[in-house]
Amino acid sequence: MKSNQRWIIPILILLAISIYINLPNHPGIHIGDFHKEIETHLGLDLVGGVQALLEADLPEDVVISQENMQTARGIIEDRVNGLGVSEAVVQIAGDRRILVELPGEQDPEQALATVKETALLEFVDFGDLSVQEASLLYNAKIQTDYQTSTDNADLSTSSPDNPVFHTVITGASIKQVGVTTDGIGNPRVIFELTPEGSIIFSEFTSANIGSMLAIVLDKEVISTPRIDDAITGGQGSISGNFTIDSANELAIQLRYGSLPVPLKVVQTQTIGPTLGEDSLNRSLVAGIIGMAVVMVFMALYYRLPGLIADLALLMYALITFAIYRWIPITLTLPGIAGFILTFGVAVDANVLIFERMKEELRKGRTIQQAISLGWERAWPSIRDSNLSTLITSAILFWFGSSFGASIVKGFSLTLAIGVLVSLFTAVTATRTFLHLMLDNIKAADRPEWFGV
Amino acid sequence: MLNIVKHRYLYFLISLIAILPGIAAVLVWGLPTGIDFTGGSLLEIKFESALPSSEKVHEILTEFGFPDAKVQTAGDDKLIIRTKAMSEGAEVLILAEIESRFNTDVVLDKFESVGPSIGKEVAQRAAGAVGLAALGILAYITYAFRGVNHAFRYGVAAIIAMLHDVILVLGIESILGHYLGWEADALFLTALLTVIGFSVHDSIVVFDRIRENERLHRQLDYETLVNHSIVQTLDRSINTQLTVMLTLLALVLFGGSTIRHFVVILLIGVFSGTYSSIFNAAPILVVWENKEWRSWFKRTPA
Repeated sequence: MKSNQRWIIPILILLAISIYINLPNHPGIHIGDFHKEIETHLGLDLVGGVQALLEADLPEDVVISQENMQTARGIIEDRVNGLGVSEAVVQIAGDRRILVELPGEQDPEQALATVKETALLEFVDFGDLSVQEASLLYNAKIQTDYQTSTDNADLSTSSPDNPVFHTVITGASIKQVGVTTDGIGNPRVIFELTPEGSIIFSEFTSANIGSMLAIVLDKEVISTPRIDDAITGGQGSISGNFTIDSANELAIQLRYGSLPVPLKVVQTQTIGPTLGEDSLNRSLVAGIIGMAVVMVFMALYYRLPGLIADLALLMYALITFAIYRWIPITLTLPGIAGFILTFGVAVDANVLIFERMKEELRKGRTIQQAISLGWERAWPSIRDSNLSTLITSAILFWFGSSFGASIVKGFSLTLAIGVLVSLFTAVTATRTFLHLMLDNIKAADRPEWFGV
Repeated sequence: MLNIVKHRYLYFLISLIAILPGIAAVLVWGLPTGIDFTGGSLLEIKFESALPSSEKVHEILTEFGFPDAKVQTAGDDKLIIRTKAMSEGAEVLILAEIESRFNTDVVLDKFESVGPSIGKEVAQRAAGAVGLAALGILAYITYAFRGVNHAFRYGVAAIIAMLHDVILVLGIESILGHYLGWEADALFLTALLTVIGFSVHDSIVVFDRIRENERLHRQLDYETLVNHSIVQTLDRSINTQLTVMLTLLALVLFGGSTIRHFVVILLIGVFSGTYSSIFNAAPILVVWENKEWRSWFKRTPA
């Protein structure tokens, strides 16, 4: 095989893989332990949904450990998954922010409430458990009869092996939490209840003096105080072997739930589903028209090489789209605009080459020579101009990542992938096609096919 | 042969005329920045029935504590409301009030809320991103043209041409912002950075030709050489320009309103990018080579 045709097999294989990946309703790839779902991921702005950026609610100069951010991210992800949203995205953005994206979420209020909700805090009746029995359950996960969507334990299903405890009040009844020290300097956590909460709590504690109570966070026992007195005024305190630190930790947990970092919502975006669908359809139409116009232009202006460039452009679109589906890259509206824009970049490399080819042809070189020289001469400008675009997209990507500005990030990724793929299709693939064509048909005798 | 370099001061003048109104607009009206940079809330509300008057809607917003709210109509059935940052859930109450007051059903097409502190940080970081992109490109060009005399000049010329495009785009954004109510948002920034990328891309193509011709035709004087290179790359510049403009036009015409602003800015910026690479970047090299500024302030031309 001639050297200028050695790419034909890899190109065909790549094309076949791309077409395979682009098949609609793809079943995914499952080979042995390797599983990969393949589908087009559409961004919030195309399907509608809710996006929220959460920020650590701590002073600027407080350094937040990445571990804590990771834990917080994990907890939020669990909660979000409870919503039943598919393709929810929860990611850390920068040092102190977490980005939450819920595509297709129809009820932004509920979604945000769930995300922001401090963990489920319960005061649980440990009934007649002894101090020892109660302390064994410390840090253990237990079942309670407080109804949540994911967990519907009932008191009636309680058994000695699988006990279900009664929830007296939840965190919703807590108004304020603080830490003080008692007369002899032992730290204690004090809390104030809402009026409704204090009525329930007062009835319960009056009837159960001496029994054990458990403070449970997201079903995990974090403290097991004994009821020493009836708490009637809506104000209670928890004492125990606290250090100042452990008392503060408990107070923070009571206040914010189990998140290791208190978070506040600093940015939200909600896109209605109809707006998203409309944008998607319109940009698809625009993309097809844009591509068609470019292809017609290339064919008219550059003739045979133009047609080959069109082939390369189709290939470019197929491969790029396959990469989007494979990685996967979430397609946003600016992402699609970026994709369409890169048609121009992809074609530019061909324009550069073909212009050089024409120049060489005019100088009286043979077509074979003109092709080789065209590529050789055009390459430095293609390389340098594309590298500078890559530099810009890298900076855009960095900018997008640190703000959870996923739109900017998506755009820069599509631009960068576009540049890389176009280098392959417009430079390597076009040359291979052109040589293949010329070796098999005697186009060399027909300069008019080259627009010369 | 077409002589572009000869008329370089005419083209500089055209650039100046193109960017001056924008500079004036920025100075007088400022750059209208969206909530992405200033913080605030934005609601896009679609009405099932006829649009109520903006004043009536504004009254409701005032009652909710947003007397500074801006209410704008978009299309036949949409209102865009901009306020300072709302507390969570406020938009639901406002929507409910609008529905009951005007006795109609509305759909919240879009709701965005950005805290003021994060907006400021985004703006700072954005300026940083542009500066960093310029530095990265300057460094790369100086490196890529290291074999040429005065490689650094090429980088500077590309950056000047790029700044020309940035200033033009910012100015036009300010003018359009004043008349059409457009606001610079994260998308605008994305468009601006893309324009930077394309502008430098175009300059490099012309410079590459100068680099090549310098090696081939050592006897030619620099001015002729640069002009030669511009003319030789002119077909390519126009054709690439055309393909990009055609795709962008398709996006403007068929792409829907959400990204129209974004695409229009790209269209202007990409056009300016090609112009500046041909008529500014390369001629600047000649000005520099001849050190022409020495004669700028003399009465008789040197």
